[in-house]
Amino acid sequence: MRAPAARLPERHEQPAPMLPRPFRVVRMRRDLSDTFTLELADAEEPGAFPFAAGQFNMLYAFGAGEVAISISGNPATPERLVHTIREVGLVTSALAKLKPGQTLGVRGPFGSAWPVAEAETRDVVVIAGGIGLAPLRPAIYRILANRERYGRFVILYGARTPRDILYRQQLQRWSARLDTFVDVTVDRAAGDWRGNVGVVTKLIDRGGFSPEHTLAMICGPETMIRFAIQALEDRGVPAERIYCSLERNMKCALGFCGHCQFADRFVCRDGPVFRFDTIASIFPVREL
Amino acid sequence: MVIVEGLDAVLREHPFFTEFDQRYRALVAGCAANLVVPANAYVYREGEPANHFYLIRTGRVAIEVFVPGKAPIIVETLTGGDLMGWSWLVPPFRCSFDARATELTRLISLDAACLRGKMEEDPVLGYELYKRFSPVIAARVAAARRQMIDMYGHPGE
Repeated sequence: MRAPAARLPERHEQPAPMLPRPFRVVRMRRDLSDTFTLELADAEEPGAFPFAAGQFNMLYAFGAGEVAISISGNPATPERLVHTIREVGLVTSALAKLKPGQTLGVRGPFGSAWPVAEAETRDVVVIAGGIGLAPLRPAIYRILANRERYGRFVILYGARTPRDILYRQQLQRWSARLDTFVDVTVDRAAGDWRGNVGVVTKLIDRGGFSPEHTLAMICGPETMIRFAIQALEDRGVPAERIYCSLERNMKCALGFCGHCQFADRFVCRDGPVFRFDTIASIFPVREL
Repeated sequence: MVIVEGLDAVLREHPFFTEFDQRYRALVAGCAANLVVPANAYVYREGEPANHFYLIRTGRVAIEVFVPGKAPIIVETLTGGDLMGWSWLVPPFRCSFDARATELTRLISLDAACLRGKMEEDPVLGYELYKRFSPVIAARVAAARRQMIDMYGHPGE
């Protein structure tokens, strides 16, 4: 029996996990009208920030509060901590106002990771929706950096409209590779859009992967995750090779406070990346 | 006759007609024709009589809603292997949307009046076709409902 998620990096065992460390904003980039990316460097001890693809940090906007944000940078360049954030509330709005040189607090990295090593030798299907592409990007970086170790590599991405496509240039670069299949769809578009319109699950049949040899990683709105899992299972991808990243109200990030409780699990400690067969019995429970 | 045999072979290759009884496929092929639509040309428009349905071989077609004074809204795109159009099955047989090729598109066009006549004559053929249309219609309706919920919108909106 495999572990539900990949092995965690050593840094996970922090001496003072509730104590934020100051990080300096090196770069702030506006990706979409409501989404931005912060590049951060340790303000006190410049150096690497090792993390595993899929993990998250607690970002502390001083005076506003803390919020859990997945790491979206390249694990191969850990000296620069990258977070892509959607502006949806008080804390993320405060983070959006940060300028290069300003400081915020960081705790982490926390949580489980995408099974990038376990996926070796298999076809890999990444299904992302909206901002859900950000937590998957570190896994995509790692797979592309070791492309020869994997079978067919499929990236399927759904967004609300063409204007809401995250990392558009990067998707185009990945699409231009001869060894990676990338397909993008939007829920609605005006007549000048020349791409796909429709739900992201409709792209699955075009991926050309072998279901029985596939490992899938899914991140996006939970409704999308539900339909994507159903579509993959219908095609024969086994539940033990479907991984999804869940989002709950993470506060302490250590499994103490109980805010992100998910039946007998804590999403911050046991997740956010779950192997689907380990949560299949609780995933449909609406009260959770 | 040569043309009909050619289309029968094309129909056999299309996912919609795989495992379709050869005898019935030959009947359907008698109502079929090849169609090539250049980019930005319309296959059909909303309100027109639904005289055909289509099997897309290659290319991409946008199903659109015309909005006066604004760009049309694309509600769905269809590509190779997809079926397009079911208004020919439902009275009063009128197209409900515009269908515009967004790139050079090759289709098989099936004559609705011809097929309706054959289905009336042979209810088994009709049943076989309905069995193939029903899952497509159900999947499209489910997909349309999922698009309606705006799952990528802001939480709480």
